[in-house]
Amino acid sequence: MGISLRNIDKSYKNHLAVRDISFEVKPGELFGLIGPDGAGKTTIFRMLTTLLLPDKGQATVAGFDVVKDYKSIRKSVGYMPGRFSLYQDLTVEENLTFFATIFGTTIEENYDLIKDIYEQIEPFKDRRAGKLSGGMKQKLALSCALIHKPKVLFLDEPTTGVDPVSRKEFWDMLKRVQKRGITILVSTPYMDEAALCDRIALIQDGEILDIDTPEAIVNKFPKTIYNVSADNMYKLILTLQNYEHTQSVFPFGEFVHYTDKRDHFEIKTLISHLEYSGLQEVTMSETKANIEDAFMELAKK
Amino acid sequence: MKTENVIEVQDLTKAFGDFKAVNAISFEVKKGEIFGFLGANGAGKTTAIKMLIGISHPTSGRAKVVGYDVFTQPESIKKNIGYMSQRFALYDDLTVNENINFFGGIYGLSRVQIREKRKQLIEELGLEDVADKLVGALPLGWKQKLSFSVSLFHDPKIVFLDEPTGGVDPITRRQFWEMIYKAADQGTTIFVTTHYMDEAEYCDRVSIMVEGRIEALDTPKKLKQQFGVDSMNDVFLKLARNIE
Amino acid sequence: MKRFIGFIQKEFYHIFRDTRSLFILFGMPIAQIMLFGFAITNEINNVDIAILDHAKDATTEEIINKISSSKYFSIKQMITREADIETAFQKGKIKAVLNFEKDFAKNLVVEESAKVQIITDATDPNTANAITNYITSILQNYQQSLNKDIQLDYQIIPQTRMVYNAELKSVFMFVPGVMTIILMLVSAMMTSISITREKELGTMEILLVSPLKPFQVIIGKVVPYIFLSIINAAIIVLLSIFIFKMPVEGSLFLLGAESVLFIITSLALGILISTIAKTQQSAMMISLMGLMLPVILLSGFIFPISSMPTVLQIISNIIPAKWFIIIIKGIMLKGVELTYIWKETLILIGMTVFFIVLSIKKYKIRLE
Repeated sequence: MGISLRNIDKSYKNHLAVRDISFEVKPGELFGLIGPDGAGKTTIFRMLTTLLLPDKGQATVAGFDVVKDYKSIRKSVGYMPGRFSLYQDLTVEENLTFFATIFGTTIEENYDLIKDIYEQIEPFKDRRAGKLSGGMKQKLALSCALIHKPKVLFLDEPTTGVDPVSRKEFWDMLKRVQKRGITILVSTPYMDEAALCDRIALIQDGEILDIDTPEAIVNKFPKTIYNVSADNMYKLILTLQNYEHTQSVFPFGEFVHYTDKRDHFEIKTLISHLEYSGLQEVTMSETKANIEDAFMELAKK
Repeated sequence: MKTENVIEVQDLTKAFGDFKAVNAISFEVKKGEIFGFLGANGAGKTTAIKMLIGISHPTSGRAKVVGYDVFTQPESIKKNIGYMSQRFALYDDLTVNENINFFGGIYGLSRVQIREKRKQLIEELGLEDVADKLVGALPLGWKQKLSFSVSLFHDPKIVFLDEPTGGVDPITRRQFWEMIYKAADQGTTIFVTTHYMDEAEYCDRVSIMVEGRIEALDTPKKLKQQFGVDSMNDVFLKLARNIE
Repeated sequence: MKRFIGFIQKEFYHIFRDTRSLFILFGMPIAQIMLFGFAITNEINNVDIAILDHAKDATTEEIINKISSSKYFSIKQMITREADIETAFQKGKIKAVLNFEKDFAKNLVVEESAKVQIITDATDPNTANAITNYITSILQNYQQSLNKDIQLDYQIIPQTRMVYNAELKSVFMFVPGVMTIILMLVSAMMTSISITREKELGTMEILLVSPLKPFQVIIGKVVPYIFLSIINAAIIVLLSIFIFKMPVEGSLFLLGAESVLFIITSLALGILISTIAKTQQSAMMISLMGLMLPVILLSGFIFPISSMPTVLQIISNIIPAKWFIIIIKGIMLKGVELTYIWKETLILIGMTVFFIVLSIKKYKIRLE
């Protein structure tokens, strides 16, 4: 009950949205499609859910071909497109009942699957969906996508625009759903969520940059990264940008991630240089790369 | 060092019937500061911002933005601030030049001024090749950078940024923040909301709204110390759980 | 089947929870009927006219009395000079001027003919015509009464009878037209908006990626509007009968059946529009511009088709409303049976089938 894509191309109006996309999602895997807006994530989702036809290449979902067997796919997948498409003027319960009914089932039949998600919004079951907060809409949309016990779950940017607390709760829920044996393909622009997936594909401008487990991708990072901090972030960035040995400098929260062109060098010399330029409270230490570092490095090529 | 306050808010409240969307919040923002205004969806952030930029009438309390009172002088506020939101920034069916000309005109700049600044802006952003292309055809990252620059076009004292980097790729996001740093360095105050917690760390001070109230307000460093955590993300999580 | 019912249930929720569409569905028809029925009228009633009487003799006085005592006219002004006629019209309150020549009575007796001029404000040609006709007939009546003792050798005496609408009440003309427009508007426009709304909101995507078959979606969208349109049609007919005393000469059952047929035609049109329109706004625009306007202008509702240039007459044949108006007028005013309107009915059926087939072909099972 997995997903596979091979050499998929898709263009819109002379613009190549995705090019030569190939990857596999193993049954029961939680697979993340990571990339910014315009990378092609939604296009890929729409092809896999049979809403768009690929220009080139083949793809299968749960063993069915997306072109020839689209009807079978439509019966057996759960889909949550962006913006949590829910019926705003129907209540929470009415939405759930509707989706259960059109898939030929009832809320009771698969309730155990959505129980821990739905419990959180059950007190609001008579409220119109349009009046829910972002986090609650998320939970409702997920419940509606799961209510018919799909074999594969497609979630297109389910955490976009939602606050960090709800995002974390959502991923906890996804992990629990995965334990039921459902294959999950999820897309997100948030790099920190990538670490929560079994495997990820990094995508930008319609092309896949890399596919692997989060750890492997991070370990592949070619250079050593240093956390550098000082009293004035902006000045620090400017100074490092003007430094002859800088390969890359990017702000990362309270630190700057710095990589040097040289293979070996003395940290002390760099610190002195920064202090000499007028910065104070300079600290510098080696650190591990994260997904975002890896993404930016791969995107540069 | 100037400690002039660009925003002064005292017990500002917005009520819809019995429901207080914004419940007596108080804070100040100094000139040249990068101020992060955070909070979950539904916490009251957007309502608060609407009052500060002069498009929503408060229920009670006091607030002054760039020296003008939000109750009695909202029109003056609008003329003296910059604003950029994720949902709308520029017209997709106008070219880069046309957009700049349009917004310059709205803010009352003369033709000569617009022409001068336009040249400068395009050069700075490296948009010479696409100056006559429709904005809709530009990649998202370029659009965001362009609309940020346009919001600064009339040299406002403060610019309000509503989730300016949503969906943008990581490299462009950082380039965007470099532009923010530069503007702050030159004296423009930045009032920004974001859902990227690492961006919260770039701010001089951060406030977090929960259910209409400000539950935390300090530098990122002190907030992390206060809650005993390593990142702003964890500060946020802890705060939300404490309330629950 | 259960899926289908679940879908229809959802559609009913949407309709009843959206106050705007409820207003359009029910408020508009009632408002329109009332407006057309009471306010807009082609008839002449209490029209203000002025008299310029050069003669001021007994005969002119009698004629003037006859005119002022008729319910059609009200004498507003007595003018004294020719020059004042223009001013009277320009002021806008007078719709006609009667100009009696000097020595009217004397000329009538001595030369056996007297002249009177009828000047009407023709900025509204229809009304001007009616005014002239009415005045002329009052004059002819008077003339006949003068001549009642004289017999001409050859006489052609037209006896007019306005069949089916003896009082020429404009209400009878408008009701079928308004009913047609409202059925068409409600069915076509509301259906197309409902379908495009799903597209706009993004929920259409989810409906597609589900076991629901496309025709189930379409029929599901359409079923609630069938019910509501039937109720609308019933309200309109009841209002016409009880408030405007419009008779329904023919079989109510036939009226109902033909109305249902027309409703289905309009719904099919609505579905067709929704396959073309991408947003609710454009669906609404297409419905208004592409349907309402041609229907009002070319269906024979207000302007008779037979007086139009040939090109437009031909075009009017493809407008379903044209055929339905013929059918309704036939049933309501003339009391005809199916045998007289089978041709029009068949045309409507043909159009319906055509629209449905076209919609099915154009209905996209994918997003592009």
